[in-house]
Amino acid sequence: MITAERKPMEEIFRSLEPFGKILLVGCNECVTVCHAGGRKEVAMLASALRMGRLKQGAPLTVDEMTLERQCDPEYAEELALVVDQYDAVCSMACGCGVQTVAERYQGLPVLPMVNTAFMGSSEKNGVWAERCAGCGNCVLGMTGGICPIARCSKRIFNGPCGGSSKGKCEISPDVDCAWQLIWDRLKQLGQTELYSQIMAPKDWRSARDGGPRRIVREDMAI
Amino acid sequence: MSDFEPVVVVFACDYCAYTAADVAGRMNLTYPSGVRILRVPCTGKVEPLYIMQALQKGADGVMVAGCLVGDCHFKNGNLRAAARVKRVQTLLDDIGIGADRVAMVNVSAGQGAKFAEIATEFSKKIGEMGPNPIKQGAKAAA
Repeated sequence: MITAERKPMEEIFRSLEPFGKILLVGCNECVTVCHAGGRKEVAMLASALRMGRLKQGAPLTVDEMTLERQCDPEYAEELALVVDQYDAVCSMACGCGVQTVAERYQGLPVLPMVNTAFMGSSEKNGVWAERCAGCGNCVLGMTGGICPIARCSKRIFNGPCGGSSKGKCEISPDVDCAWQLIWDRLKQLGQTELYSQIMAPKDWRSARDGGPRRIVREDMAI
Repeated sequence: MSDFEPVVVVFACDYCAYTAADVAGRMNLTYPSGVRILRVPCTGKVEPLYIMQALQKGADGVMVAGCLVGDCHFKNGNLRAAARVKRVQTLLDDIGIGADRVAMVNVSAGQGAKFAEIATEFSKKIGEMGPNPIKQGAKAAA
């Protein structure tokens, strides 16, 4: 999922200073799962904003709405019926959702209420960790299902480096060395020959280095 | 001395604090009349939003009263509640309402006297802090 965290309240209050009536819009997808911008978080932030602004003596009207998937134009369209009533739309979705809404409602300020973080998975309740860097050319089949890009601090392809010590990365004793994990897993799978294969330098054009990316499926685009 | 009598909403667990409040009643113990008790099946049922909305609707303080640590009927509902209260306290500090208006307390079903004492003390503390600041802001804005 795409993970996110609510922005600091101070920053949110500052960004909403010019407005008197806003629509706070959540998303039922990733940000619901990581407890950053689903229906509950929308209700919490709405309540906090109402109280905070009342305390400041500058009441703010906050209406709440949560879309099924904010990054899809067909769901963003649901705002069309009500959006004219507001000074601004405040989105609790990831950056994709914010931009989808901003693109659809060009005349209206659309503000992000969360900081989008990374693509990750849940390690346990309340803990999410980065697992995928979206590099566009997956090598997990070679590395025992552990990503050397998302989970190695140096993103190296033929590790480990000299900073690996007792299974941990030199940047912090809390960070596992991805290449230690890869080696352990390859041993467990009986696939250590994969480790001996030198991986060629990666063509990063399939990642962000090639510019903004698009996927076009002509069979679906009818 | 001001005549401000704070409204304190207590989310009380059915298995302990609510019964303790009952025991306090049977013992003819008194606590301030502004203490309003809401029975919940477990403090683990208390969403952070319940606390926020109680304050938003005019409560001056909110107390979440659960079982003693280790005695939760549902194993760890009271621990969850304590973590949630902490989160709400941080948010209340961030928006200028103040973390101290919300508290997590633990009492057992038999501790009627302790419940009355805690409720009285908390109500007194809120009384000293004054009314929920959103009331003043609403008046100023009107």
